[in-house]
Amino acid sequence: MFNKDRWREIIEVLTTNVWRTIFTAFGVCWGIFILIVLLAAGKGLENGIKQDFGNIATNTMFMWTRATTKGYEGLPKGRSFEFKISDVQALRDNVPNLRFISPRNQLGGFGGNNNVVRGIRTGAYNVYGDYPEIINQDPMAVTAGRFLNYNDIREKRKVAIIGQGVKSDLYDKDEDALGTYIKIQGVNFMVIGTYKKNNSGGGEEGQKEIFVPFTSFSQAFNRGEDVGWMAITANDGSSISQLKDNIVDVMKKRHKVHPEDTRAVGYFDLYEQYNRVESLFGALKAVAYIVGIMVLLSGIIGVSNIMLIVVKERTKEIGIRRALGEQPWSIKKQILMESIFLTLISGMVGIIFGSLVIFGINSLLDSVGPVDMFMSPSVSIGVVTGALTILMVSGLLAGFIPAQSAIRVRPIEALRAE
Amino acid sequence: MIEIKDLHKSYKMGSNSLHVLKGINFKVEEGELVAIMGSSGSGKSTLLNILGMLDGADSGEYTLDGVPIKNLSETKAAQYRNKFLGFIFQSFNLINYKSAAENVALPLYYQKVPRKERQEKAMQYLERVGLKPWAGHLPSELSGGQKQRVAIARAMAAEPKVLLADEPTGALDSKTSYEVMDLIQKINDEGNTILVVTHEEDIAHMCKRIVHLKDGLIVEDKKVEQVRAEQYV
Repeated sequence: MFNKDRWREIIEVLTTNVWRTIFTAFGVCWGIFILIVLLAAGKGLENGIKQDFGNIATNTMFMWTRATTKGYEGLPKGRSFEFKISDVQALRDNVPNLRFISPRNQLGGFGGNNNVVRGIRTGAYNVYGDYPEIINQDPMAVTAGRFLNYNDIREKRKVAIIGQGVKSDLYDKDEDALGTYIKIQGVNFMVIGTYKKNNSGGGEEGQKEIFVPFTSFSQAFNRGEDVGWMAITANDGSSISQLKDNIVDVMKKRHKVHPEDTRAVGYFDLYEQYNRVESLFGALKAVAYIVGIMVLLSGIIGVSNIMLIVVKERTKEIGIRRALGEQPWSIKKQILMESIFLTLISGMVGIIFGSLVIFGINSLLDSVGPVDMFMSPSVSIGVVTGALTILMVSGLLAGFIPAQSAIRVRPIEALRAE
Repeated sequence: MIEIKDLHKSYKMGSNSLHVLKGINFKVEEGELVAIMGSSGSGKSTLLNILGMLDGADSGEYTLDGVPIKNLSETKAAQYRNKFLGFIFQSFNLINYKSAAENVALPLYYQKVPRKERQEKAMQYLERVGLKPWAGHLPSELSGGQKQRVAIARAMAAEPKVLLADEPTGALDSKTSYEVMDLIQKINDEGNTILVVTHEEDIAHMCKRIVHLKDGLIVEDKKVEQVRAEQYV
């Protein structure tokens, strides 16, 4: 099939009319170029947005309490309640497939008053009472010292991990924060670590947080057994979106909330949001494929057209060859191979140009620094092989009608054509 | 070698049909050199096309070297053409982007002869028609007589049972015509069966037998004293 003579013939046929071949090839080249560039742009947007999610465990929900809206078991509506620390164990016992359950308490908040003092400097920060697991759900890089551990929890140590932003507010540039004390709402905590979050989503706010042990927080700020809110992450195999009804039901039962009260337990399903974004990218990708393939299609039709003309021009030659005893199938194969070869080569040129453009954009992005919502556009090798497969198939399709018309001509008629 | 019984062929021309061959009976033995003559429209080309399996007959029998030729699929016909027949055309019909040697090697390619052997054979046949030095030339670089000699070499390359020549000298001046006929006679001398369609008396008399066709019937079939073309060259 792939012998030297056939290849020579293909090259000869395609080079007889070089400009015609080039213009035909351009159609296919352009189509695949558009496809590659669109896919890469989609990927760039996806990378950019996902960068904003950072490496937050996305299979996560947040849950808090609100006033009840239905009376239940003799309790009035409009009643406020709090999650208790024992709820955590109850969730572990009743809901399978949960990976982390982090109860959290919080001081401060957006636009809060100054609540942290060090010497003559003050600042307003979010202060969290947390368990050590939180670092898996809200990842951060510990830049100095260490993060919380269970000894801190057990012994209710008054220790704190502060963000880069807090450190630059309260400390001099070269000052070492470890071992120093900061006063959080009048209570002294020793700084044992500093962190830096690398997701840009939290922005500056994310760097201005202070983490202290959950137990010390409760004691220092009079929270007793109360839990402000919880961050719950499911195991990798199961989705938190499916587990959340169960989780909320357990909470309602434990706090005597009417089962149909949809307001009392508030939650935010990060996974659902994430999936929504994911499906947006799926749609973007589909659009890129559709547009790319449509453009490619017009290129393919061009190839098919030219192949028809080539067959017409070579009618006599085909007649001679059949008179000399060439099998119809061999002629068909010849036309098909010419078509596939032309499509494949021009497609590869398109892929190369597309890659060059992507490469150019990437080096441009590198030189001007990060751009909002756009990061390292790229196409995977899978996409490239996919594109090549599309090309192969479309070359076959493009050659099919011309090849059919080539063998439909009877040799005697072909020979008569002058 | 060739046996034809009661061969009929008509072409449909719109509503009326044109009866071209009206019952041809005809036999060719091995080693014969037969001229088929007739004015245009007598059906000689149609007969040759049917003999060459390029066209099918409406009715009648055709046997080639003991093989009945009937209801062939295109694939089978191509195979038989390749194995049994060599064609020589009036307009040479060389493939113009292939060199002389490649043109000669073409039927061998369809027989799946290995490349090396193909090239050797092509050179051998080109030498026989005296064109070895022109092996690498394209048809456009050859004269009419040379082209026809390449075409003859190509027709012989597959070592067919029968050579069919359709007005082989029609596009040539008389000097080159005689050269070509001389070549055809020499090939015939080696025992090859050759059919030549022509309307030129002198060419016909260089064959050993003349078959006259008129209005789709054989009106005359005679053996003649062969005039050697050599003397005119």
